[in-house]
Amino acid sequence: MRDGGKRALLAVRGVTKRFPVDDGEIEALARIDLAIDSGEFVCLIGASGCGKSTLLRIIAGFEEPTTGEVTTHGKTITGPGSDRGMVFQDYALFPWMTVHRNIGFGPRQRGLPRAEIAAIADEFVKLVGLERFADRYPNQLSGGMKQRVAIARVLANDANILLMDEPFGALDALTREQLQRELLQIWARTKVTVVFVTHSVEEAVLLSDRILVMSAGPGRIESDIAIDLPRPREVSSPEFNAVRRDVARRLTSHLAPRALELAGG
Amino acid sequence: MSEQVTALAEVTQQAAPEAPAVHRSRHLAEKARAIALGVGFPLLLVVLWDRAVAITGTRLVPSPHDVAVMMYDFSFGGVYDDAFSATILTHIWKSMTRVYGGFFLAALIGIPLGLMIGRIKLLRQLLDPTINLLRPIPVTAWLPLSMIFFGLGPNAAIFLVFLGAFYPILLNTIFGVRSVDPRLFEAAAMLGCQGSAMFREVVFPASLPAIFNGLRIAHGFAWILIVVGEMTGVPTGLGSVIMDGRTLSRTDLVVTGMIVIGMCGFITDRIIVMISNRVLSWSPQHHA
Repeated sequence: MRDGGKRALLAVRGVTKRFPVDDGEIEALARIDLAIDSGEFVCLIGASGCGKSTLLRIIAGFEEPTTGEVTTHGKTITGPGSDRGMVFQDYALFPWMTVHRNIGFGPRQRGLPRAEIAAIADEFVKLVGLERFADRYPNQLSGGMKQRVAIARVLANDANILLMDEPFGALDALTREQLQRELLQIWARTKVTVVFVTHSVEEAVLLSDRILVMSAGPGRIESDIAIDLPRPREVSSPEFNAVRRDVARRLTSHLAPRALELAGG
Repeated sequence: MSEQVTALAEVTQQAAPEAPAVHRSRHLAEKARAIALGVGFPLLLVVLWDRAVAITGTRLVPSPHDVAVMMYDFSFGGVYDDAFSATILTHIWKSMTRVYGGFFLAALIGIPLGLMIGRIKLLRQLLDPTINLLRPIPVTAWLPLSMIFFGLGPNAAIFLVFLGAFYPILLNTIFGVRSVDPRLFEAAAMLGCQGSAMFREVVFPASLPAIFNGLRIAHGFAWILIVVGEMTGVPTGLGSVIMDGRTLSRTDLVVTGMIVIGMCGFITDRIIVMISNRVLSWSPQHHA
């Protein structure tokens, strides 16, 4: 899939977003154009309020763009669809369903035979290493386990684009590192395309093939940086740090003038 | 990856079986104390009642002993051998058909309607003002109209119980739907869930904690309203027993009827709590 994927799997064309507020409108996104290839791991990074989550929610189909369109496989999206699976920061698992039933939710909606649903759920429970927790309810799980279930739930539904909105932001540092490793393994194994929103430069450099740096007021993509570091990446290596410094510098160079403007105005 | 996951699993599973063993005896002592206090207080009230009747020498209020005799006769007969002797089961059964007729009808209409009002804005705008206009009207005010609609008999009683049970179920269901994390709807939509499946698979189960709250409140109202409901001229039922006792100036019968209603309401409420704890086992913070 990744070698055949020079044609863009996901394309964002001329997308803008304005939200109505009490006295007029807020321009959340200025014109965004973006093409993502099949199998790419792309991070959206930027300060809060730069519209990175809004862009992700438009790609997911939860929000409509004010102008422009998003296409997957060349077809314009009109709403949420099972080809694009969202992993939320606060998990959004169904608390009344066991791990196994949460993961089998998508296949169940497609009306597959019972045995097949169970087989798919088993397979993806195993993929995220939660065999012994299959019959637990979400509130009996740690944050890291909940996020594994959320990832398995969208993959079990044959999503080939994984949209992740600061998925590890609520986890402690150790669990976050482990889930980052697991996500990379899953990505390598399933060849899924990932669009990952984060505000951690280190996380972005560790994970992605490509980093899109966004800036606020209105939200736009400032730089598009390819990350060519070999995998697996070592956070403490000099090469990694060089790239991290570069990305951090670009991120703050967009922030600084704005901060001065605010201070001056 | 899998080694670390397994390690995590073992920590959790080892901790689990030890904890209950350590806490079991303390838990039992706590439970015994709760029961002793919960049963002791009503017994104290009975003693105070007995003393108050004895000291004032009133003949208008029956003593606990009078009521106990009446209760025995109402249950098994052999003391007064009148129209009320050994009829308790008939009256309980008749009242239950009305309480649960009204209650289940209220649930059958209130829950689906509440789910739709909570989820569909148009329906909310259409119905919300009307509901809030009708809701403050006391059930007793409906008594004359209900007798015109349904005549003298059990249907009027069922209608009144239905009215009293309907609003708590409806309002709690609407509240339940409105307070579901909107992310759950988004998550379900992206997994291919839509239309009526959304109601069945997400809206309904996510609102269950609030729905059970509503059912429990409504169930209490249903028992409260049975006396009013059976004022509509039905010959049997616990409410009609109390009305008869009033007409015959037999306060021992009135109090007996009150106690039986209290017991029925209490026991059935415990059953509802048990069902609710079972159905909501995924949500420990909702255990009552």
